[in-house]
Amino acid sequence: MTDAEKMGATAKSARKAWGEKVSSSARQRDALFTSISGEEVDLLYTPEDIAELDYERDLGFPGEFPYTRGVRSNMYRGRLWTMRQFSGFGTPEDSNRRNKFLLDHGQTGLSVAFDLPTIMGYDSDHERAEGEVGVCGVAIDSLRDMETLFDGIPLDKVSTSMTINAPAAVLLAMYICVGEKQGVPSEALRGTLQNDLLKEYIAQKTWIFPPKPSMRIITDIMTYCAEHVPQWNTISISGYHIREAGSTALQELAFTLADGFAYVEAGIAAGMDVDTFAPRLSHFFNSHLDFFEEVAKFRAARRIWATDMREKYGAKDPRSWLMRFHTQTAGCSLTAQQPFNNVVRTALEGLAAVMGGTQSLHTNSMDETLALPSEGAVHVALRTQQVIAFESGVPNVIDPLGGSYYVEALTNKMEEGCREYFDQIEKLGGVIAAIEKGFFQREIARAAFTYQREVEEKKRIIVGVNDYIDEGEEIKIDLLKIGPEVEQRQKKVLSDVKSSRDDTAVAAALAGLRAAAEGTDNLMPYFVDCCRVYATEGEMIGVLREVFGEYREPPIYW
Amino acid sequence: MADRIRVLVAKPGLDGHDRGAKVVASALRDAGMEVVYTGLHQTPEMIVNAAIQEDVDVVALSILSGAHMTMFPRVLKLLEEAGTDDIVVTGGGVIPADDMEELIKMGVDRLFGPGSDTREIAAYMREAVAAKRG
Repeated sequence: MTDAEKMGATAKSARKAWGEKVSSSARQRDALFTSISGEEVDLLYTPEDIAELDYERDLGFPGEFPYTRGVRSNMYRGRLWTMRQFSGFGTPEDSNRRNKFLLDHGQTGLSVAFDLPTIMGYDSDHERAEGEVGVCGVAIDSLRDMETLFDGIPLDKVSTSMTINAPAAVLLAMYICVGEKQGVPSEALRGTLQNDLLKEYIAQKTWIFPPKPSMRIITDIMTYCAEHVPQWNTISISGYHIREAGSTALQELAFTLADGFAYVEAGIAAGMDVDTFAPRLSHFFNSHLDFFEEVAKFRAARRIWATDMREKYGAKDPRSWLMRFHTQTAGCSLTAQQPFNNVVRTALEGLAAVMGGTQSLHTNSMDETLALPSEGAVHVALRTQQVIAFESGVPNVIDPLGGSYYVEALTNKMEEGCREYFDQIEKLGGVIAAIEKGFFQREIARAAFTYQREVEEKKRIIVGVNDYIDEGEEIKIDLLKIGPEVEQRQKKVLSDVKSSRDDTAVAAALAGLRAAAEGTDNLMPYFVDCCRVYATEGEMIGVLREVFGEYREPPIYW
Repeated sequence: MADRIRVLVAKPGLDGHDRGAKVVASALRDAGMEVVYTGLHQTPEMIVNAAIQEDVDVVALSILSGAHMTMFPRVLKLLEEAGTDDIVVTGGGVIPADDMEELIKMGVDRLFGPGSDTREIAAYMREAVAAKRG
């Protein structure tokens, strides 16, 4: 036995003795001591829990492989995270005003929420759009609406994140056309499309086409952007919605990374060199309330992505290895009861995201369990980020929890659990096959139900909901409401557009799109052609519905 | 057969948020009810047809997209047109308190907001169905 081993053995027996003493003599509260995801955690972590940790191999330095500690060499001393509040409601005029309000109050990037008809590829005058126009995001039917949405906002000065999936190509094409009108070339545009269809089938459920044509549209966007919109993040590989649907932290991590690697494989299969598109893939995670579990999740995510991109997919460009991500605090952690408590929850979650090294952050507003956020609530949410950034001192030091026995052990455990899920998914035949078999959907539904049970049995306390209840509480909070006049105004603009455009040009552009969809051409230039002549989103997606068909999910619950 | 409560859990409109609907469906099943889950993206017509075909006692709509003031009245009207008056219409989701009041005036039986206990939902359904069956 070497001296070091002897010392290790001594420490091990000392810890064992301590553990026995505690469990035999100390009284324990009657409570659940697991993470919010239901993972067992120990009472104490010691060097023994990370005995195998190799600093160079497993952690390294910030800005260097495997990026566990962060993707930038000086992290927040170089640049703070982008404070990006997701916003969009009503008409394009309404959202334009909200965006200008946020920019005036120190927000540094835009993030556009679209209404459900836009997300599902229906124009505002479609029968399925009734009651939904402008309600949970802004309504966009044609380039005209997009021009209004970005009126007075120079596209070469802001970066814009668009939360759009199935019709992502159409919205990007419109954005390119707005740039053209402002004199900004597509090469100068910066922003992000969510464009992550796999997580739609898994969790968020706003799909249009079946998986195969969806993957084709996505690879078309990746190829087109590599050449024409090089600063654009083509996919935001999203765990957010997976978590909101009820997954555990580990499931969020594993399913998101599996989706990400599926896109990488699709890009390679489409004939692209991995380094031409991988640097433009970004990620989007949830930050929930279990502080250390979240920080470990972010750190593990970076390490797994870097390792597999280099070792498995052969990426040579370091920019392909580093995982940049946006974070949003957990909407599902907020409560309708005692809504002011949500400010505190959001602050904790925002802090976890910053400790985890996020590149941008959305903090939820306290009233979001009841309606779209009001201006006052959004204001507090943005201020919460500014307090973290400028008052807490946290951004001074990179990865401040690195080296914590607990956080390192959790990070390792996250990675192991993630790799076990990868094996299961592979055995099922890959991500798309696993979706078709309902694997992810069942795993998530089971986790959601387990959590709900624990809350109802009061194994988990939610302050204000199942304990510390304010009897007779009346929730008085100013809510933002979208009236039916939004739908009327939107329909009017749409009919004005339709009566003033060149119908022959529209028909020709749509015919071009159809032919391209039936063949193998990249669809992006055809979308741009259609948008330029004011073809509507519903018309473009309508053509593709006819060519590609629509996806139907088998209705399963656990 | 007469004892067993049949519930249609439905997701109207374009909203894809199905966590609540699935949790409630699982909980009602565990509470001994027969549950039919429609799946996503249902029109009011599809929901009412399913309710009649499946001969359910309860229609429970889950709406988190803000379209509740369109969807609930539409389902109520279609049920009325179909001549059914023995089906309890209930639901939940992200619905502000004053909208809930208005919907209840229109004939929705009871609505559940975020943080509701599924055992309470099951108990309520038993009572409401017993009242309808008389």
